[in-house]
Amino acid sequence: MADQVQSKAFSLKPWLKLIPTTRKAWPAFWLSVVSNIALAFIDFYLPLLQSRVVDEYITVGSLEGFGGYAAHYAVIGVVQLALIILYFKGCMQCEAYSCRDLRDACFVNLQRLSLDYHNTTSAGHNLSRVMSDTSKIAEMMAWTISDTLWGFAYIIGVFCVMARLSFKLAVTLLVIAPIVVLLTFYFQKKLIVLNRQVRAEHSKITGGYNEGIMGAKTSKTLALEDKLCGEFEEITSRAARAGILHARMRAIYVPLIVLCGTLAASVTLYRGGHMVQGGEVTLGVLSAFMTYATGLFQSFRWQAARISQLISLQANVERVSGLIHETPTVTDNAEVEAKYGDCFAPKTENWEPMHGEVTFEDVSFTYPDGGEEVLSHFSMHVPAGSTVAFVGETGAGKSTLVNLACRFYEPTGGRVLIDGVDVQQRSQLWLHSHIGYVLQEPHLFSGTIRENIRYGRPDATDEEVEAAARAVNADRIAAKLPRGYETDVGECGDNLSTGEKQLISFARAIIAKPRIFVLDEATSSVDTETERMIQQATKRLMDGTTSFVIAHRLSTIRQADMILVIDHGKVVEQGTHEELLAAGGVYHSLYITQLRRQEKQNG
Amino acid sequence: MKKKHGFTKKTRLLLRHLRPAASAFAVGVLASFAATILKTVFTQVIRFTVDGVLLGETAGLPSWLAALEPGKMLAASCALAAVVAVLEFAVGFIHDSSLPKGSERFVKSLRDSLYSHIQRLPYSWHAKNPTGDIIQRCTSDVEVVRAFIADQIVEFVSTVFLIAVYMTMMFTMNVKIALLACAFVPLVIGTSMYYHRKIGRSFTAFDESEGALSSIVQENLTGVRVVRAFGRERDELEKFRRRNETHTTLWLKMGRMMTTFWTFGDTVSFVQLFLVILLGVHMCVGGEITLGTYLAFINYTKQMNWPVRGLCRVITNMSKVGVSIDRLLYIIESDEEHAPENPKTADMHGDICFDHVSFAYDEQPVLRDVSFTIPGGSTLGILGETGSGKSTIALLMARLYDPQQGAIRIGGVDLREMDQAQLRRGVGVVLQQPFLFSRTLKENIMIAASDADQEQVDAAVKDACLYHSIQEFKEGYDTIVGERGVTLSGGQKQRTAIARTLLSGAPVMVFDDSLSAVDAKTDEAIRMRLREAAGGSTLVLIAHRVSTLQAADQIIVLSEGRIIERGTHEELIRQGGVYARTAAMQSARGEAEADG
Repeated sequence: MADQVQSKAFSLKPWLKLIPTTRKAWPAFWLSVVSNIALAFIDFYLPLLQSRVVDEYITVGSLEGFGGYAAHYAVIGVVQLALIILYFKGCMQCEAYSCRDLRDACFVNLQRLSLDYHNTTSAGHNLSRVMSDTSKIAEMMAWTISDTLWGFAYIIGVFCVMARLSFKLAVTLLVIAPIVVLLTFYFQKKLIVLNRQVRAEHSKITGGYNEGIMGAKTSKTLALEDKLCGEFEEITSRAARAGILHARMRAIYVPLIVLCGTLAASVTLYRGGHMVQGGEVTLGVLSAFMTYATGLFQSFRWQAARISQLISLQANVERVSGLIHETPTVTDNAEVEAKYGDCFAPKTENWEPMHGEVTFEDVSFTYPDGGEEVLSHFSMHVPAGSTVAFVGETGAGKSTLVNLACRFYEPTGGRVLIDGVDVQQRSQLWLHSHIGYVLQEPHLFSGTIRENIRYGRPDATDEEVEAAARAVNADRIAAKLPRGYETDVGECGDNLSTGEKQLISFARAIIAKPRIFVLDEATSSVDTETERMIQQATKRLMDGTTSFVIAHRLSTIRQADMILVIDHGKVVEQGTHEELLAAGGVYHSLYITQLRRQEKQNG
Repeated sequence: MKKKHGFTKKTRLLLRHLRPAASAFAVGVLASFAATILKTVFTQVIRFTVDGVLLGETAGLPSWLAALEPGKMLAASCALAAVVAVLEFAVGFIHDSSLPKGSERFVKSLRDSLYSHIQRLPYSWHAKNPTGDIIQRCTSDVEVVRAFIADQIVEFVSTVFLIAVYMTMMFTMNVKIALLACAFVPLVIGTSMYYHRKIGRSFTAFDESEGALSSIVQENLTGVRVVRAFGRERDELEKFRRRNETHTTLWLKMGRMMTTFWTFGDTVSFVQLFLVILLGVHMCVGGEITLGTYLAFINYTKQMNWPVRGLCRVITNMSKVGVSIDRLLYIIESDEEHAPENPKTADMHGDICFDHVSFAYDEQPVLRDVSFTIPGGSTLGILGETGSGKSTIALLMARLYDPQQGAIRIGGVDLREMDQAQLRRGVGVVLQQPFLFSRTLKENIMIAASDADQEQVDAAVKDACLYHSIQEFKEGYDTIVGERGVTLSGGQKQRTAIARTLLSGAPVMVFDDSLSAVDAKTDEAIRMRLREAAGGSTLVLIAHRVSTLQAADQIIVLSEGRIIERGTHEELIRQGGVYARTAAMQSARGEAEADG
């Protein structure tokens, strides 16, 4: 998909923005550039040196002074090899260092960016920025730029040398040069367009595989195999056609440039031959010219390929540069950072303990991607240790207030206070370190069950880990498995069922001993009995902890100290269970629906 | 998964897909032979011109050229050079356009066959193999094989021909100097192979390390909420940095190895040319060879240099390609689902009968001796705790697995005797975590019923309580969903899948906890309509909420793979077993609520 993003007009700005990030790679970069340009000198000097033997020894028929010549030649060779080593060394280091630092910068900023960024950009997209865009840029920085400079130095150098050897003969070649340049422009333009099509078709193939493999279970249940195979064959046919079209255009262009080179050599041979016969130039000069003629036009082609490669990297550069310089919407100010430290170097010695009192003071909020205001001058006081529940339909926006309390978003108006202090006066990390969070779609990291539970508090002992697991009934998952707590849960915990993942993420949350506990549909995939056990355990363990509970089953939240009914992102009702029932509004009707069901059930 | 396959098996795989590409490849290879010959002709033309025309030594000239008067000789040989150049262009065009054609045809055939095979592999295979790994095989490994066949093998053949032609030409011109020029060929090949093998190993290590780094980033990104919620940014960064640093070290180590290798190659080429010049000049001055021959030798030596170095890459790549082919063969050699020889057709509206069915995943028993009958057109409810085997029943009904013991029959016909596609079209299973394809909502809903009209689609969508959600999307039905489109919530996905199955009008519909991510109100609304929407279809509802099941004609309760209770809702409540307890537990909250 990334390949389909077409860059707008070429602009140097995003490229320049990467300079500070890659500064450790610059010494290596200059090393490669300087040695590569020096190599260009040798590259156009060597044919000259080789042609000298023709005039000085072969046509003369004497070997006088040939030893000196050989020594000269050998020295040039040694210098060339030394330069080649320096060039490779420079390129390699430049590539490795710049890639490392670009990736590091991307990763660091991804840790800083607020959740609204992560909610709107897919993990896959960000992954390809961190991994593949950076490596392409590093390769470009290390090799392509240096080789492009080599190309310019070589082409200019060859022209100068030819003009000095014989201006008249050089003019013959100079006449052909513009034709080659024009051809190159013409074809490169067409090739870029065709190449883009090829890449677009290729990304469709990858997409097709993604779908065919990830959706295989579903397509089996719907007996869609033949239909999907047919569609995939259409995709591969289109890709093959695009590939062949691109190849055909190249098949005209590349031999055409070769033809220009060979024709140039033939013309040089003809004119040069006459000049040799007329005594105007020597045979050695003619042979040097022949070498230049074939070499020169080839290097035009390589040069064009390199330049178009550089231009096509614009999109990658924009993506990486954009990611590195994206500013988080939620930031700690300098004062806060000085006292509390940033998310990578917290100064925990300055951290106050948290009681868990949450206050919304005249809070208004609009989601950053626009749309209407979902909270307007909302105020609420949540005393430490109380339970607040949010009810409402799927997609009603139940998470908004929790997101604000956790400071995943900043309110557009008003303040959110924790223990009476504006959340903006303290660091995000301080806040997050005191929050336990259990999500409907739990995420585990690859590693053992033990490691995953310990993620909540790295210094927890094995006993504490197991106690936490027991408290939420997650110990039976471990008991069932041959390797117990040391069982690897697989990538993203995929070796476990959703319900099992929820239990482990529960254990992970309680081991952190949070002061604020957030349960976002935390037990939706767990059977009734287990759910009840967890509720009891939570009550026992989390006594005195402020809890935010998001649920669509009313039974889960009846005991809450405060219930907020959310509809279309807005708080439509607020109060205790009894108050809301008495009010006879949305909550009341939701409740009646569920009650009727229970009655029917009891039959 | 790391099984190695024999050489013949690998070759057979390649040959099978080479068939559609063979003619294009053959033309391309022939064109490359022609190009080599033309190149050497050009070198020879220059040799004649220098010796005969410019130095006046007509002895070695072709007779037709020597017969020309001296004034026209230069023009004639230059004209010949130009003709060769034009021929070279024509041959170049044929070469450059045929090879990619062959390459595209080859890779298309390989891709299509992989895709279609994967589609037809059994469910158990898909459950066992991680998707990322399979996608990797279908993309990266296919590319390795393609590059090998299309670029390297062809290049190998042309290079061998080129070396043969050049050597022949050199030995015809002068044996002594030819020996010197060719002495380096084995040296270059030998050392290159040694290095390539070494570098190949570190390439593999490098790729693995890159993969490990990538996993760290991916896990961090998909788990970003967890990282934030626990404030673990610092640890994540440390973990990433450690890996990134190791990776860079590995990279630099590989870089040093490559530098040594390339520098060595360059040194050999330089020394080779240098010695040819030294010897050539000596022989020229001594009158053993002409100037034209000397220049031709220089040319051949230069032109042979790169192809020879490229040759080794092909040989050493063999092992790398072998690994990739093994990885593809792993997919291709996995058995597709077996279709019965004379498939029977069954009345899909008939009774469904589980007859003493037992099933185990990898020797871990899931269902033990389960028997029940669902009369056609009725509704069966299945209740059970997590891991009791509920979902397995759904999978068995669509024959995504076969039971190890016992039999399942629909309308009296054993599922194993039926055509799978026909069976699955008849049994619509809505999975707990359904997959939506990257296309519009409407296309997704219609995917199993392509001839449905808008009215039917609307009806199915309304029955699945999806209508309002669709109205809320800017693009409505044309909203693209899936990988490359809008991300739907779990509940929206489930409802889309329900609409998809309802629209298909399958005679048997199985809902495997398909409403777990839907809120209570919607859940109820869907359930109220389901029976009616399903028409005369047989329904199977799997859930762990009693309320979802109570209206079923028959309910079974599973525990550890056995049926422990069965009956209607009322009967089960009266029995006072697990079902009644679960109902009480779930409704206890209801009563508690009622008190308030």
